[in-house]
Amino acid sequence: MSLNVPQTLEAEIDELITHYPEKRSASVMLLHAIQEHFGYVSKEAIEWIASKLELKPINVYELVTFYPMFRQEPAGKYVVKVCRTLSCALGGSGKLHGHICSKLGLDSRKHGLQTASDGKFSVEFVECLASCGTAPVMMINDDFYEGVSHERADEIMGKCQ
Amino acid sequence: MPEEFRLILKKADEPGYTPDIDCYMSHGGYESLKKALAIQPKEIEDGKTKTPQEQIRDEVMTSGLRGRGGAGFSCGLKWSFVDRRSGKPIYLICNADESEPGTFKDRQIIHKDPHQLVEGMIISAFANDVNLAYIYIRGEFPNGAKLLNKALNEAREKGFLGKNILGSGFDLEIHVHRGAGAYICGEETGLIESLEGKRAYPRIKPPFFPAVLGLYMCPTIVNNVETLCAVRHIIEMGGAEYAKLGTPRNTGTRIVSLSGQVKKPGYYEIEVGKVTLGELIFHENFGGGLREGRSLKAVIPGGSSAKVLKAGEKFNMKRPNKDGEMESVEVDMLDIPYDFDSLMAAGTMSGSSAIIVMDDSVDIVDVLANVSAFYAHESCGQCTPCREGSLWMSKALNRLTSGKGRKEDAEYLTHIATNIQGRTICAFGEASSWPVLSFVKKFKDEFEAKGAAVQPAEGEPNKEGAATAAK
Ligand SMILES: Cc1cc2nc3c(=O)[nH]c(=O)nc-3n(C[C@H](O)[C@H](O)[C@H](O)COP(=O)(O)O)c2cc1C
Ligand code: SF4
Ligand code: FES
Repeated sequence: MSLNVPQTLEAEIDELITHYPEKRSASVMLLHAIQEHFGYVSKEAIEWIASKLELKPINVYELVTFYPMFRQEPAGKYVVKVCRTLSCALGGSGKLHGHICSKLGLDSRKHGLQTASDGKFSVEFVECLASCGTAPVMMINDDFYEGVSHERADEIMGKCQ
Repeated sequence: MPEEFRLILKKADEPGYTPDIDCYMSHGGYESLKKALAIQPKEIEDGKTKTPQEQIRDEVMTSGLRGRGGAGFSCGLKWSFVDRRSGKPIYLICNADESEPGTFKDRQIIHKDPHQLVEGMIISAFANDVNLAYIYIRGEFPNGAKLLNKALNEAREKGFLGKNILGSGFDLEIHVHRGAGAYICGEETGLIESLEGKRAYPRIKPPFFPAVLGLYMCPTIVNNVETLCAVRHIIEMGGAEYAKLGTPRNTGTRIVSLSGQVKKPGYYEIEVGKVTLGELIFHENFGGGLREGRSLKAVIPGGSSAKVLKAGEKFNMKRPNKDGEMESVEVDMLDIPYDFDSLMAAGTMSGSSAIIVMDDSVDIVDVLANVSAFYAHESCGQCTPCREGSLWMSKALNRLTSGKGRKEDAEYLTHIATNIQGRTICAFGEASSWPVLSFVKKFKDEFEAKGAAVQPAEGEPNKEGAATAAK
C-alpha cells in the first residue's frame, strides 16, 4: 500500500514545501513531482502527499479531480496534447487530432486522454496552449510544436522511441 | 505609417539574445533595480518625507499604466488599495497563467526574456514592502517554469534576490508555482485559492478583495506578466516619460496577439491607441491582410471572452475635432484605435489584447460552438448559472452544428446567456455569456437558418439541454 518514493525525489519535495508559509500550498507542486516520476497519481500517492502535508487524503484527491493535467491511470510514454480551441481549430487542429487518432487506432470524437493499445502514445484534445499565432499546435510531454502539418506530426512522432 | 513600437520586447527577438543573466545584464538589465534601490527619502512640504517606496508608487501612478491581464485597471490605483496597516505580510503574485484563448504574449517574455519579469517583480515587491512573491505559471509551460527557476537562481547568485539585496536592507524571495491546466486559475481569486493548495474556486468580492484579504487572508497584489515588466521600464524612463507613449488615458505599449485567418499572425507590440484594429489586421507591418480572395467576416478583439465585432459595424465615438472640442463621429469597426477605452466604447473590450480574425470561409455557428465548448469545459462549477448555463449553451450549439438545431435555439441561447451574466461569483460568467450574446445578436440570421433546417422537436426547447447537463 505504501509508495516507494526515492530519496532524491523526497529531498526535492521537502525543498518545495519550504517555499510556502503553509504546507498545503505545496500540494499541486507535489502532485506534479509525483506524476512526473510515477506517470500518474495513484491512491497511494494521494495518501503519501496528504500525510506529507498533514492533510486528509480528500484534500489532495479533490485536486486530482479538479485540475485537468492530473491523471489517475498510467498514460503512454508520450502524451500528445493537441490544441482544440478557436485559433487552432481555424488552423486545422480538428483534422490534426483526427489524423493522430486514426494513426493510433483511437476515437477522434473523444477529447479526453486515451492511450493507444501499444501503450506508447496517449492523445488528448486540450484547450488553448497559448500559442494561437502558430496554429495548429501540440505538445508531446514537455516539448512544444508549432504549425504542425500532418506530415510534421508523423515525423515528430516517428522520432519518439 | 503604423508601426510596431517595441519596449518590452525590444531585445527578445534580437539575434543572439539569450534568456541568461549575462546577456540580460550586458543589455542594461538590473540597472532599473539598482536605480530603484538607490532612491533616497525625499523631503516634501511640512518637513514630511516620502519614502523611496512611495516615490516608486508615485511614478507608477504617474505613468498611467493599466493592467495588461484583462481588466485594464490602473496599476497605481491597485497598489494604492493595498492594506499597509494590517501588520500582516503583503504578497505579490505574478499572474503567468496566460490562458485566455487567443493570447500568447506572456509566453514570449517568459521564454525569451525571463529576467525582465524578475527585475520588474523585484522592483514592484520593493515598492510595496513585499518579502515573498510567487510566479503562478500555467502548467502547460513546463519549460517556461524551468527557465524562470534558472533565472531566479541566477538572480540569487548575483545578490538581486535573498537577504539584504545589494546592501539595501531589503529581503525578497520569489518562487515559481505551477498550475495544472485549469483556465479559472487565471482569475485572480481563483489563482489565490489554487496557490493555497485548493481547488481554484474564485472568491466572492466583496469581501475578498486581494488588496485586503488575498493569499492566506493577507493583503496581496496580483499583476500580469506584462504589467510587471512595464514597471521596470517606468523606473528606467520615469513615469512621466512612459505616459508620453501611447495615448492620454491609454498609456505605454501593449503586446497584441494576432491569430486566426490573417496572412501574418503573431505578436506585435504597439503604442496603445496609436494603431487601429484595421491596421493590425491589414497593414503590412502587422497582420498583412487576409488570404487571397477572402473578405472579413468577424473579429474577436480581446480574447475569446470579448464580444465579437462584425465586419462593417459602425459605432458612434467621441473624437476631438479641429478646435479640440469633442464631437460624436461615426467610426467603422476597423478604424477603432486599439486601446482600452475605444473598444469599451464599441461595446466590447481589449481584454488580454488578443485579436482573433475570421474571414468569410468560417461558419459562424461553428465558431461560437467552439468558443462555448471552452467555457463549458472550464467553468469551475461553483455557481449554478455558470455551471449549468455554460453546458446548456454548448449543448444547444452542438445541436445546431450537427444539423439537429431548432428554430428557437437562437433565442434560447440569448435567454441562457442573459441569465448567467451578473449572477455569478466571478467574471467567468460574463466571459462565457458575452460571446454568445454578441454572436447571436450580430449574426442572428445564420443561427436561425441553422435552426430552421429541421423541425422543432416536441416539448420544451430546453429540455434536452437541461437533462443532459444534469447527467
Ligand atoms: C476567467 C478569467 C480568466 C483570467 N485569466 C487571466 C490570465 O490568464 N492572465 C492574467 O494575467 N489575467 C487573467 N485574468 C485577470 C485577472 O483576474 C487579474 O485581473 C489580472 O491578473 C490582474 O493583473 P493586471 O492588473 O496586471 O492586469 C482573468 C480573469 C478572469 C475573470
Ligand atoms: S462564474 Fe463560473 S467560473 Fe466563476 S466562480 Fe462561478 S462557476 Fe466558477
Ligand atoms: S487556440 Fe491553440 S494555442 Fe491558443
